[in-house]
Amino acid sequence: MQEHDLSFVRAEMVANQAPPVSDHGPVSWLRKNLFANFTDTIFTIFGIALIVMIVPPLIQWAFIDAQWNGSDRSVCATVVQGGVRPEGWSGACWAFVDAKFQQFMFGRYPMDERWRVYLTGFLFVGLLVPLLVPSVPRKGLNAILLFVVFPIIGFFLLTGGAFGLRPVPTPLWGGLLVTLVLAYVGIAVSFPLGILLALGRRSQMPVVKLVCVVFIETIRGVPLITILFMASVMLPLFLPPGTTFDKLLRALVGVALFASAYMAEVIRGGLQAIPKGQYEGADALGLSFWKKMNLIVLPQAIKLVIPGIVNTFIGLFKDTSLVYIIGMFDLLGAVRQNFADANWASPQTPITGLVFAGFVFWLFCFGMSRYSIFMERRLDTGHKR
Amino acid sequence: MATPQSTVEGAAPRVPLFYDPRVRGIAYQVLVFAGLVALIYWIIGNTSANLQRANIASGFDFLQGRAGFDIGDSLVEYSSDSTYGRALFVGFLNTLRVAIIGILTATIIGFIIGIGRLSKNWLINRICLVYVEVFRNIPPLLVIFFWYFGVLSVLPSPRESIDLPLGSYLNSRGLYFPRFLWGEGAWLVLLGLVLGLVFAFFVRRWAHKRQMTTGEQFPVFWTSAGLIVGLPLLAFIVTGLPLSFEFPALSTFNLQGGIQVRPEFLALYLALSFYTAAFIAEIVRAGVLGVSHGQSEAAQALGLRSGQSMRLVIIPQALRIIIPPLTSQYLNLTKNSSLAVAIGYPDLVATGGTTLNQTGQAIEVVAIWLVVYLGLSLGTAALMNWYNARMALVER
Repeated sequence: MQEHDLSFVRAEMVANQAPPVSDHGPVSWLRKNLFANFTDTIFTIFGIALIVMIVPPLIQWAFIDAQWNGSDRSVCATVVQGGVRPEGWSGACWAFVDAKFQQFMFGRYPMDERWRVYLTGFLFVGLLVPLLVPSVPRKGLNAILLFVVFPIIGFFLLTGGAFGLRPVPTPLWGGLLVTLVLAYVGIAVSFPLGILLALGRRSQMPVVKLVCVVFIETIRGVPLITILFMASVMLPLFLPPGTTFDKLLRALVGVALFASAYMAEVIRGGLQAIPKGQYEGADALGLSFWKKMNLIVLPQAIKLVIPGIVNTFIGLFKDTSLVYIIGMFDLLGAVRQNFADANWASPQTPITGLVFAGFVFWLFCFGMSRYSIFMERRLDTGHKR
Repeated sequence: MATPQSTVEGAAPRVPLFYDPRVRGIAYQVLVFAGLVALIYWIIGNTSANLQRANIASGFDFLQGRAGFDIGDSLVEYSSDSTYGRALFVGFLNTLRVAIIGILTATIIGFIIGIGRLSKNWLINRICLVYVEVFRNIPPLLVIFFWYFGVLSVLPSPRESIDLPLGSYLNSRGLYFPRFLWGEGAWLVLLGLVLGLVFAFFVRRWAHKRQMTTGEQFPVFWTSAGLIVGLPLLAFIVTGLPLSFEFPALSTFNLQGGIQVRPEFLALYLALSFYTAAFIAEIVRAGVLGVSHGQSEAAQALGLRSGQSMRLVIIPQALRIIIPPLTSQYLNLTKNSSLAVAIGYPDLVATGGTTLNQTGQAIEVVAIWLVVYLGLSLGTAALMNWYNARMALVER
C-alpha cells in the first residue's frame, strides 16, 4: 500500500512583496502627516491658506516687483510720490541697499583706509575658522592667537595712529564693523569674567560672594539700555575730572559687563550640575583651587552648558543693536540713519533696509545656534542626564 | 605604646599661617573689601568733583521742578506744566501698560505656536518652526523698527483711513476705536460681574467638595460661564441698556472722538508680543515634551479622553517645567519695553532720558531706573515663585 503524503513543505521562499501603498511612498506620507483625520485635514487646509496668503506676495515683493538698481529715490517711488513707478506699485527697493552697502558695512570709515578693515576681517576669519573646525590641531595656540594677539593687531589696524597708519577716530566707524567689534569684545570679555563671577558666587567667602551676587542680580534686573546710559553718562562722572573716554569704549564696557552677568548665571548652572565627588576627587589628588577648577570642574561644567553659553552669545549679538539709542551707528543704526536720506526717502525704503539688516543679523545668529547644536552632539559623551 | 611619629592628641600639625585655608580666606576677603572701599571712595571723590565743576546739585529736589516737555501718551493727567516727578510717573505707568498687555498677548501667541510645534501635522509644525527660528534670531529693536517704520508709518493718511469692523479705523496716526459711554446705572453691570465671579468661585468649591465626597460631577464650567456672563447681562437689560458709543469721525485733517491708540504704542506692543512669543513657544514645547510618556499612557489607560488627559494630566505637570523660564521671559519683555525710547513711546526710560538731558541729574535718574526695574523684577519673581511653590511637586 502506498502512502500518500499530503503535507506540503515549501522548498523555496516566496519573493518579498512590496509593502502596501498605504504604508509607504508619498501618498502614505501625506495621509500620515497631513490628512490623518478630520481635524488634521482642517489644520492642513488652514496652513496651506496661510502659506498662500504670505509666501507669494512676499516673493512678488522681494524679487519679482523689486527694483534692483538705480541711483536715487525715483526708481522706488510711484508717480504721485515723485518717481517713475505706476500707482499702487509695491516692491523691495534693493537699489537703496546696493547704493548704501558700503555705509552699512563700514559706516564713515575713510575710503582709502578700508583695506585695514578687510585685513582685520581676513585675520579674524582666518583664526576663527580653524578654531571652530574640530579636526584642526593646535587649538591652544589658535585660541591664544585669536583672543590675545589678534585684539592687539586689530586695535592698531583699526584705530591707527601707530606704525605709520593714519588714525581713524571711532566716531567714523559704523555699520557691521561696529556690530562685530562690539560682539567680539563682548564675547571675549564676558566669557572669562562670567566664569570668575560664577566662581565668586559659589565661593565660601561671604564678602566675595556678596559682591558677586549684588553685581549679577543688579545687572540682570535692569534693561541693557539703562546700563548703556549708565556707561555713557555716569562713567565720565566717575573718573577724575578731565579724563576723556571714547564713546565706543563706553558702549563696550556696558555691553561686556551686561553679558558677563548673564554668562555667570549660565556657568553657575553648569557648576551646580557637577557632582560633589568631582570636587572631592580633585581635592583628594591635592590639586590647588585653580588647578581643580581648570582641569576637573570647568571642562565638565562648560560642556554641560554650551547651549546656554551660545544663547548668551546670540543675545549679546542681538543686543549690540541697542547702541543706536546712545548715538552710535551699528548695522541697524546705519540702516535707520539712512531712512532720513532725502535722496532715497520713499515708502519702500525703510522696510527694504530693515529686511536687509534683519537678514544679516539672522545669518549670524542662526549660524551660531547651528554650530552650538553641532558642537553639543560632538561633545556628548553620554554622561548627560 | 607611642611611636615617635605620632602627634600629641588635640594639637593640629604645625602649618604656616600662610597655608591655612581659613586665614587665607579671611585675608582675601579683607583685600577684596579694602579694594572695594577704596574704589568706591575714589569714585565718590571724582563724582563730587565733577558735579561741582558742572554746577549740579545732587539730590532729588529736581523732581519738583517744572518738566516743560509734552508726553503724547498718558494714562493720568499730565501737561508740560507738571513736575518731573509726574513725568517719570507717567513713564512708569506707560511701561507697565505695554508690559502687561504685551505679556498677555505674547503668552497667547506663544502657547499657540508652542503647541503647533508639537503638532503631528507636518505643515503646521514647519510653519511654527519657521516662526520661531525667524524671531529668535533677529534683534527686538529691529522688530520694533519693522512695525514702526515698515508697517505703521506707511499706512494711509487719516483722510484715507482703512475701515475696520465695529467702527474702528486704522491710519498712519494709529488705531481708532469707538469709546464706550456708560449711562446711569452702569455700576449695576459691574456689580453683576463681581457677583458672578464670586458666585462662580463658591460654586466651584462646592462642586469640588461634593465630587470628593460623593463622586458626583457638576457642570462647573457652564454654571460659572452662565453666572459670569448672565448676571451682568441681566443688570444691563434691567437698567435699560445704559451704553452708547462715541464713534471716531473724520474732521478736517484728523479723526475726532473715539479712543486713539498711537502707532508708537502699537509698534512696541506688536513687536514685543511677536518677539517674546517665539521664546515662550520654545518653553512651552520643552515643558510638554518634559512630561514623561508614561503619564499620557496612564491617562489613556484610565479612559480619559485626549482633551481631558491634556487638561488634567499633561498641562499641570508641564506647567511645573514651564513656569520658571516663563517668568524670566516676562521679565525680559518688561525690560525690552525700554526699547520704546528708540521710537519715542514715552516709557520710563524715555521720560527719564529727557529729564536727564534737561536737568543733568544723571545719577538720580539712573538710580530711579535701577530701583524701578529691580523692583519690578523682584516683584514679578516673588509672585511667580509663590505660584511655582503652589504648583511644585509635593514630595513626602
